Order: sequence, then structure tokens, then C-alpha cells
Amino acid sequence: MAARLPGVDTVASVRGLTRAFGDRVVLDALDLEIGPGEFIALLGRSGSGKSTLLRALAGLDREVTGELSVTGSVAVAFQEPRLVPWKRVLANITLGLDAPAERAHAALAEVGLTERAQAWPLTLSGGEAQRASLARALVREPGLLLLDEPFSALDALTRITIHQLVVELWARHRPAVLLVTHDVDEALLLADRVLVLDEGRIAHDSPVTAPRPRHRDNPELITLRADLLAALGVAPEGRS
Amino acid sequence: MSVIELEAPADVRPRSRPQPARTWGKAWQRWLSPVAVLAIWQIASSTGLLPPRLLAAPATIAATAANLIETGILPTAVGVSLQRVLLGFAAGAAAGILLALVAGLSRPGENAVDPLMQMLRALPFFGLIPLFILWFGIGETPKVLLVALAVAFPLYLNTFAGIRGVDGKLAEVAHTLKLGRAALIRHIVLPGALPQTLVGLRQSLGVAWLALIVAEQVNATAGLGYMINDAREFLRTDVIVVGLLVYSALGLLTDSLVRLLERRALSWRRGFLG
Repeated sequence: MAARLPGVDTVASVRGLTRAFGDRVVLDALDLEIGPGEFIALLGRSGSGKSTLLRALAGLDREVTGELSVTGSVAVAFQEPRLVPWKRVLANITLGLDAPAERAHAALAEVGLTERAQAWPLTLSGGEAQRASLARALVREPGLLLLDEPFSALDALTRITIHQLVVELWARHRPAVLLVTHDVDEALLLADRVLVLDEGRIAHDSPVTAPRPRHRDNPELITLRADLLAALGVAPEGRS
Repeated sequence: MSVIELEAPADVRPRSRPQPARTWGKAWQRWLSPVAVLAIWQIASSTGLLPPRLLAAPATIAATAANLIETGILPTAVGVSLQRVLLGFAAGAAAGILLALVAGLSRPGENAVDPLMQMLRALPFFGLIPLFILWFGIGETPKVLLVALAVAFPLYLNTFAGIRGVDGKLAEVAHTLKLGRAALIRHIVLPGALPQTLVGLRQSLGVAWLALIVAEQVNATAGLGYMINDAREFLRTDVIVVGLLVYSALGLLTDSLVRLLERRALSWRRGFLG
């Protein structure tokens, strides 16, 4: 568990968070503290409640019980980019935003989409749409950025580019990030704290201290990878 | 038919405009059979095989059309009919869309409006003509109201379904973007319901002309329907056919207006065509 005093220097604090769907308890008295600027990856098997936790933090689930306090603003980038199809890319970025247009243009420039500002979302490629979704989240200058498997539908090459982009954007704006993913390597490459959700609780919580940019063959990452795979109940390669 | 066309999977990737499949060199082949039918029809009429009291010859119909336009009979009749359709359409569309908004945007509204609309929808509205005559006489009112009634239902049903069919995931996005209820309705719900509303618009315009034709068969003293009815008394099949052709031309015209509207309002889903 995170050795941090509750309520002190956190952007989000969760105590005893519980959520059941019928008889199935998905989150079981879960505790979690998220510090400012922390890049956290949340791993878990399919159905382990990763997305449920993220939705609770995003305020999209009103049926969770327990304490949940989030200071500062929250922004979300979803698995599908969820751009509003009848608004051009720029209008998607500024939707619900009370800020000058220059900020939106700057956000688009940061994700490399200046050229596509007036494009319809349906004409974007998967990577472009996901970058627009990131810009829409970041332009709100959130204290906590929630990423719900935003890379899982991208092809391998695009994913590498967007990984780098996310780390750059995070380094520049320093929001706390909670990245939900099922990809152990992705978690190790991006995050400085990796959590494993199992049976409704945080079952594993380890820092990643390797300097960025990281490579998969970093010894620290190799060790962590084996631990995480074990925590996820998967036998690491090379052993049986 | 319009439903199928609209719900065809959208091709979302940019691409160049499709080339017309048929070149002009071969397009005339499609005119062969209509021209042949016209020719046979004309020959049958000229030889007396098809008596004019059953169906006038194409040449006679063309001459009659020209004559009806010159004498001002046809333009006047079209003017009267157009006015009825426009008035009825405006009233019916306003009512249909308003009720759909009430029902679509709130549960109490749905409980209040939808059961009534579903019950009324089951009424055969042409069967209401006798009641309408008793209530409103034989003037313009029952004709306009019949059109309005016919228009209101397709627009209500489609707009309501459109509002309820808006992607819940986009509503979640609106929530995370801190959009209030008014902004949610304006930016997400109404634009999201628009494609289905336009389907309703096309259906309602089609049925508006149909309602007009039926309404004008009853006690009309002016308009296209009156012209047709009057012609029947004198066995003027040429005038009847001209009237029918004008009805269908007006129907095609309004339909193409909606298509134009669709192309402009829904350009976001055809963005790849520029």
C-alpha cells in the first residue's frame, strides 16, 4: 500500500470503495491514494474492476459506496476516443470549455493535429482520433487524468508513437495519471507506480524507478515484469 | 427505403469521389423501355384500341397540360393545393417535433405524451374524414388538419426514437466535460437525434401529399383534387392524368428538398466526400 497519509498531498483519495453488480462484488473496500503528478498504471485481469474504479473516479458511477474524494479537476480519455461526430475536431476540444481559442489550438498543436482542426472526427485515423481525445482531456488542465485503455485499439506502430506523446505531455503538464491497461509492458514503460487490482482490492503496488526513456530489457523492468505477471496469475515466459 | 439508405454503414475513411458507374454512352439504354411503353400507348390510343374515356393518349395529355397551364387553371389549382400542404405541414411538424421533445427529454413527459400518441397513431386517419367534416365543415380547415395529423406522427415517432437513440457514451463524455443539462441537449442530444428526425421529415412529406389527395377528393371547390374530380365528371382522363403527374412532381420536389437539407445538415457523416 502507498505509504502516504490520507488526505495529505493527494489529488484523489479512496477509502473502502465498494461496488457490486448484483451478487458479484467487483470493488471490495478498496483503498487508494493518488499523489499529485504521479503516473500510475492499473493492471488487472479482464473483469477485475479496473474500469469500474476509473469510472468511479470520473464520477460516472453513482452506485459506488465508500469514501471518494478528488481534489481538482478530472479529465478522461476513453478506450474509444468518443469524439462527438457532428463537431469538428477543434469544436470537440473546446466543448464545454470556457477558455480562449488559442488554448485549444495550442492543445491541438501539442498532439500534432493542427492540420486537422477543421476535420470531421469520422475522417480521422484511429491514432489521430485518440490524439484528439487526449488534447480534449489535457486542454482542461486536469489535476487527475484518467486513461481507460486508450491505446488498446491502436496498431503497434501508432501505439509506440502515442506512448511517447503521453509521456511528453505528462512531463510538461504534470497531471496525476491513472492509466488502466491490461498490458504489463505498457505499464512498465510509462508509469512510475504500478498497481494490480485483484479480487476487488489493490493486491500489488510497486514503484518503477528506471529512468525514461525506458527499454524493455532494463533489468529492473525484467524483474518487475515477472513479479507483475505472477501477481496477475500468468506464468512468465521461460518458466513453467 | 430511406431508412435503409441512411443506416448503411458509413465509410469513414477518406477516399476519392466514386466515378459514375454508367457512362453517358450507355445511359440511353435505360430510356428504351419507358419510350417503348409510351409509343405502344400512343399507338393503342391512335388506333382506337384504348378509348379516351378510359385513358387519354400521351399526345393529348401533353396538349392538355400545355392548355391547362396557359389558361391558368393548373397554376391556380397547384397554388391552392400547395398552400394546404404547407399550412398543414407546418402545423403538423411543429406539433410532432414539440411533442417528441417533451416525451424524449423527460420521463414524466414520456409518460404523459407517448401512450396517447401510440394510441392515436393506431387510428386510421383517413377514417377521421367524416368526423372532421362534422366538426369543421367542408372548408379549408378539415383538409389542412388532415395533412397536419398525417405529418405529425412520422415526425413524432422518428424524433422521439432519435432522441432516445443518442449514444449513452457521448452523454458520459458530456458529463466528464462538465456540460450542464442545457448544453447536453444542445450539443449532444439534438444533433444526435437529427438524422432520425430527417428520416421522419421525408416520411411525413410523403404522407402529407397522400393526405392532401384524399382530403381534396372530399367536397373541394378548388385545388388539384378538385380539378381531378371535376374532370372525372366529364370523362376527361387527360386532365386526370395531368393532375396525377403534377402530384408526383410535387412529391419528388419536396423529397429532393429534404435530401438537400440532409446533405447539408449531416455533412459530418459524409465529410469524406468533402
